[in-house]
Amino acid sequence: MVHVLSALVENHFGVLARVSGLFSARGFNIDSLAVGETEDPTISRMTIVVHGNERVLDQIMKQLSKLIDIIHVEDLTGYESIERELLLIKISANATNRANVMQIVNTFRGKVVDLSPKSLAIEVTGTKSKVDAIIELLRPFGIIEVVRTGTIALARKLELKLSASRTGKKKSAKKKTSKSRQ
Amino acid sequence: MKLKGAKIMIKCLEDLGVEYVFGLPGGAILPTFDALYDSKLKLILVRHEQGASHMADGYARATGKPGVCMVTSGPGATNTVTGLATAYMDSVPVICITGQVATHAIGSDAFQEADVVGVTRPVTKHNYLVKDVNDLTRIMREAFYVATSGRPGPVLIDFPVDVSRAETEYVFPEKVSIRSYNPVLEGNDDDIKCAAELIRKSKRPCLYVGGGAIGSGARKEVIELVEKTGIPITTTVLGLGIFPETHTSSLRMLGMHGTVYANYSVQKSDLLIAVGARFDDRVTGKIDLFAPHAKIIHMDIDPSSIAKTVQVDVSIVGDVKHILKKLNRLVSDKRKAMKPWLKQIEEWKQKHPLRYTQPDNEKLRQQFIIDKIGEITNHKAVVTTGVGQHQMWAAQWYKFTAPRSMITSGGLGTMGFGFPSAIGAQLGRPGEPVICIDGDGSFQMTMCELVTAAYYKIPVKVFILDNAYLGMVRQWQELFYEHRYSGVDLGPSNPDFVALAESCGVKGLRMEKKDEVVSVIKQALAHEGPVVIHCVCAKQDNVYPMVPTGQALDSVLDMA
Repeated sequence: MVHVLSALVENHFGVLARVSGLFSARGFNIDSLAVGETEDPTISRMTIVVHGNERVLDQIMKQLSKLIDIIHVEDLTGYESIERELLLIKISANATNRANVMQIVNTFRGKVVDLSPKSLAIEVTGTKSKVDAIIELLRPFGIIEVVRTGTIALARKLELKLSASRTGKKKSAKKKTSKSRQ
Repeated sequence: MKLKGAKIMIKCLEDLGVEYVFGLPGGAILPTFDALYDSKLKLILVRHEQGASHMADGYARATGKPGVCMVTSGPGATNTVTGLATAYMDSVPVICITGQVATHAIGSDAFQEADVVGVTRPVTKHNYLVKDVNDLTRIMREAFYVATSGRPGPVLIDFPVDVSRAETEYVFPEKVSIRSYNPVLEGNDDDIKCAAELIRKSKRPCLYVGGGAIGSGARKEVIELVEKTGIPITTTVLGLGIFPETHTSSLRMLGMHGTVYANYSVQKSDLLIAVGARFDDRVTGKIDLFAPHAKIIHMDIDPSSIAKTVQVDVSIVGDVKHILKKLNRLVSDKRKAMKPWLKQIEEWKQKHPLRYTQPDNEKLRQQFIIDKIGEITNHKAVVTTGVGQHQMWAAQWYKFTAPRSMITSGGLGTMGFGFPSAIGAQLGRPGEPVICIDGDGSFQMTMCELVTAAYYKIPVKVFILDNAYLGMVRQWQELFYEHRYSGVDLGPSNPDFVALAESCGVKGLRMEKKDEVVSVIKQALAHEGPVVIHCVCAKQDNVYPMVPTGQALDSVLDMA
């Protein structure tokens, strides 16, 4: 199962290496990772998409929380959240088929950001599945290059703010793990 | 008054209560060693940086205080990696200060440059690169706090040479606070109530206690729990000594080379109470068949230890000393309800004791020597070990009665750990007997520290139990690889350990026959300086009981 994790981390050098090192050292699967500064310049937010069963996810959350530079981690799966990915795609298109491409781009509310006689660069934002879909639709025209950011996510209601996390860190770990063993 | 970074580093160590620094200098740490020259800190100059990290580790395990090592950049730093990994696996507070090339040269493949923060990231609890001298006191304060709090562990501070020359005001931070690091100490009351209820209902409970209980200083609480309830207790190799092994409730060590009765008790229990232990594979055997009838209570300071390999019924995150204090108020005497259980355990104890024989005219057996060391030291010495057969025999035959008396690399299994860790332990516990029970293979990995022991007159007694083999590997080859002894025969190339010791200024003794054992041990203990005792032992001997890897704990080979 795919999970979207949202982590607040110290905006230091080396934090990304700690997180990625943790994933490789523990053999966790990471699908995508996006990181950027938050409203507080001393804090960055990492959005990490991972897959694994409940037990693996439990370990990922705990191991991430254990890193000294991680302030707070939340699994957004199950919460209402907004997920977006940015796609930049360059495809072959000339005067004859450009209109067809434009039609697809408009349907997806994309934007043409660069135009040349033989190619088109398009910008699209959306969920991962939307981005996957437009890539498939554009493929027949000839894809020259694809760049995508990986998912970033924002919880709709849940307050993932530092004020809350100061006391809330490792909350998930304090919770009783009262699963039956078989 | 402004001070140089190097001076600030040393002042920080002094203000943090550090007594010894284990280390070896080099280019990038020169300014700091220069500042050390005038300091009240005592430098123990090692001959290899791995030794420095193990000494710091041994000091920390013996005292509970952080051990400090200081080395130069590049090779100096990478030589400490084994020591850091050892400390990390066994949750030992070690502070490692490494010189680094100047900040402007970092990344340029400068002389003696290595990405030490990168290299040590997976083997430290946390590490720092000091980029600005103004951050230094905060970093030092944080480093000691992180190393010693929560689940303890090694912390490395990489200290570029230009930062050590830069100047600033010395202000020692009184308080330390890290917004992203707040270990939970108090166990949740509801969880503790649930645990007490499970204990009340259980008929066949068993305590399984690990190194976390020693780290937390929970000796009194563990003893109180056992004495109040009568629940039998087994410990991991790192938990040895938390509860006196001479006590009737002690099942001694469990796991691969644990006692048969400890392993049977765990397997047949209906409630396993894990205290500061992490269900290591050497403890559990085949995980799916581990304690199949038991509900499990797990108390640990580290949330990530919980449900990592075994699903548990009640988990309590916190310092086990705090948790047990509360739990002890909620439990009562269970001896009556456990009568059949205790009777069963007593039968197992009678039927499957640890055992060996030492015939008069045969080669010495390591069990016998360790047994005698135990008797003669009244089981009260601080014991350190290398890794292998001698380590397991030390765990089986020395009866540990006090915490911090067994110093051994349980998690990483680092051969070569025993001797330098004994030096560190001895400095931390002056006046107490410190004995290294070592193997010939393990000893040779760090034997260059003989000169260190001699120079500083550190009176450790090193018993080299020499079977002229990498014995544990040979045992596995005998049992599981059709006696094909690949790469384990040390006999043809072993040095003369007595001559070796003497050439380094350490007294050397030898024992070969049964009737020499007691007198040689006494002679060694009576000597006021360091002693190496070369114990010529039977070449082919196996550690039993043994649970082969991948088998359930009750599938024991017991051919002793």
